[in-house]
Amino acid sequence: MVHRLCGAFVGQERSQWEKWKHCLSDSHSSSDSGLSTYISFMYSFTSFQDDNWGETTTAVTGTSELSVSQEEVVGLGKGIQDRTQGFRRYLPLAVGSCVGLLVLATPLVFLLLPAVMWPDRLQVCGAACEGLFLSISFKLLILLVAVWALFLRPSRACLPRVCVYRAFLITLTLLLTMSYWLFYGVRILDAQDEDYHGIVQFAVSLVDSQLFVHYLAVVLLELRQLQPCYSVCVIRSTDGETRHYNIGQLSIQRAALSILEYYYRDFPLHNPALLSASKHRAAKHLAGLKVYNVDGAQPSNGNQSRAMVTAAGKRKDSAHNELYYEEADYERRVRKRRARLVVAVEEAFTHVRRMKKEDERATPSDIMDVREAALAIFPSMARALQKYLRTTRRQHCHSMESIQKHLAFCLVNNMSPKAFLEAYLVPGPTLQYGPERWMADQWTLVSEASVTSGIKQGTEFLLKCLDFSLAITIKSIPYIRLTEEYIEPKSHKFLLLLQSETSV
Amino acid sequence: MSFVPGQPVTAVVERVEIQKLRQGENLILGFSIGGGIDQDPGQNPFSEDKSDKGIYVTRISPKGPADLAGLKIGDKIMQVNGWDMTMVTHDQARKKLTKKKEDVVRLLVTRKSLEDAVKHSKCSYAKH
Repeated sequence: MVHRLCGAFVGQERSQWEKWKHCLSDSHSSSDSGLSTYISFMYSFTSFQDDNWGETTTAVTGTSELSVSQEEVVGLGKGIQDRTQGFRRYLPLAVGSCVGLLVLATPLVFLLLPAVMWPDRLQVCGAACEGLFLSISFKLLILLVAVWALFLRPSRACLPRVCVYRAFLITLTLLLTMSYWLFYGVRILDAQDEDYHGIVQFAVSLVDSQLFVHYLAVVLLELRQLQPCYSVCVIRSTDGETRHYNIGQLSIQRAALSILEYYYRDFPLHNPALLSASKHRAAKHLAGLKVYNVDGAQPSNGNQSRAMVTAAGKRKDSAHNELYYEEADYERRVRKRRARLVVAVEEAFTHVRRMKKEDERATPSDIMDVREAALAIFPSMARALQKYLRTTRRQHCHSMESIQKHLAFCLVNNMSPKAFLEAYLVPGPTLQYGPERWMADQWTLVSEASVTSGIKQGTEFLLKCLDFSLAITIKSIPYIRLTEEYIEPKSHKFLLLLQSETSV
Repeated sequence: MSFVPGQPVTAVVERVEIQKLRQGENLILGFSIGGGIDQDPGQNPFSEDKSDKGIYVTRISPKGPADLAGLKIGDKIMQVNGWDMTMVTHDQARKKLTKKKEDVVRLLVTRKSLEDAVKHSKCSYAKH
């Protein structure tokens, strides 16, 4: 069922666009055979300088419009949810800045307080103190840059639980600072120590300890997971796409984060249109086997069930035959369309050429910028491309603007027609398409073990998204025993094996 | 027909006498040999034991002197005119067979069917 809403478009480009979308919506309705409902929306137009805007836009054309599939409708509501999570995103940043400020300000306060509170009784110390002042200032500068580099980056993900190591390091830093404050308060402030040299050395030792804590932070947060020791197998639930990766020692939630980053880079875009065929087969199979036992065990029912099972068996026999011929036919169709597409694109590319020096004398109407050139050669290949995408069920991944933009990009960079076509012949990684096509935004980590525990051999967890899930299994990389064997270079000797036959 | 180094070799042999045929200025015998202690014994298709480096008959020209004398393909040549052929190089074997001064060669050849025939006759003799 297709609910149609009449839309009106005026102008040359618009009619072309209309034809494009018209064919797309027809394909939707024919291929899915009424299993999904479509709700049509009107796209907004760009600015229209026409004075007759009011009159022309109210005309009803009666042709169909743009349709948006059901998944996109569901996705519309999702965008609003994310904005309310804003404060959680910036919480680690806020905590990091506070602790950083505390860490940087403490030594300075240690140095300034005696000079402010009892300046007359303070012993002036000469060159040694000046050296220590220099060292404190440079160490504080280094600490500032290091803290900024490690902790004050915008977080790239929102994990379900607090990272254990970060919490540990913050606790350690605060503990260190508090104990220094305690000692300072008791030994120096209360006793009003006059030895300024000693106070400066005290401050320097605090900065040194903080630098070492920062070193510990680098090792725990950055270096520990660099060495790979686990092999991860990621399987997508809908089409079985499998990838393997090597990761190091991580907690389950951080491993899930790395795996999701690899997912966006490596896995081809999830295409629900490709799964409808197997769903049909499953539905037919189930329909054949349903035997309702309404009246309990009666002989008439027994006969009926037997008949149904044999009928189902016969249907099962023909199902694999059907599948075989269907797939062979599909392959043939795709290859035919692909051949036509390749020829059309190659021909289209011959019509346009980069302007050379001698062409400067050509008529100005022939000289175009890249956008116009793309628009000029696009119509000759549009039909073939649209048919090919419809056959491979990927027409919803590419809008007309994106194709024209890609064409302009290829023309600017002197790419061959084959290079232009690669983007459409092969489904690219998920990240290549805009976020509205991912169908994978909100992820849920389903795990039996606690998500802050480290991954181990045999850990399994699930990353669920709205339409599909990723099943993840972890195996450890084997311990490799490598021994050496020395071979004398002169020991490589060979024999010649002859087999001659002589006639006598 | 394998041998143990240092032990004498025993075999049932057949005496074949071939008259050399004059062809132009060459005397030919009409067969080809393969094998020798300098050759690779594993590639010999006729030997039973693939470490046997003896001289074997690899091809017989039809209606040639060797064919008429009764030499069969796959025969192992043990002696040529009294010269031993079990431990010679390929070239030495060729030289012994193609001496220009001799126009008759007397070969001692052995083949598997000879051994079988002797065994059979022994068995049948023992039965009676």
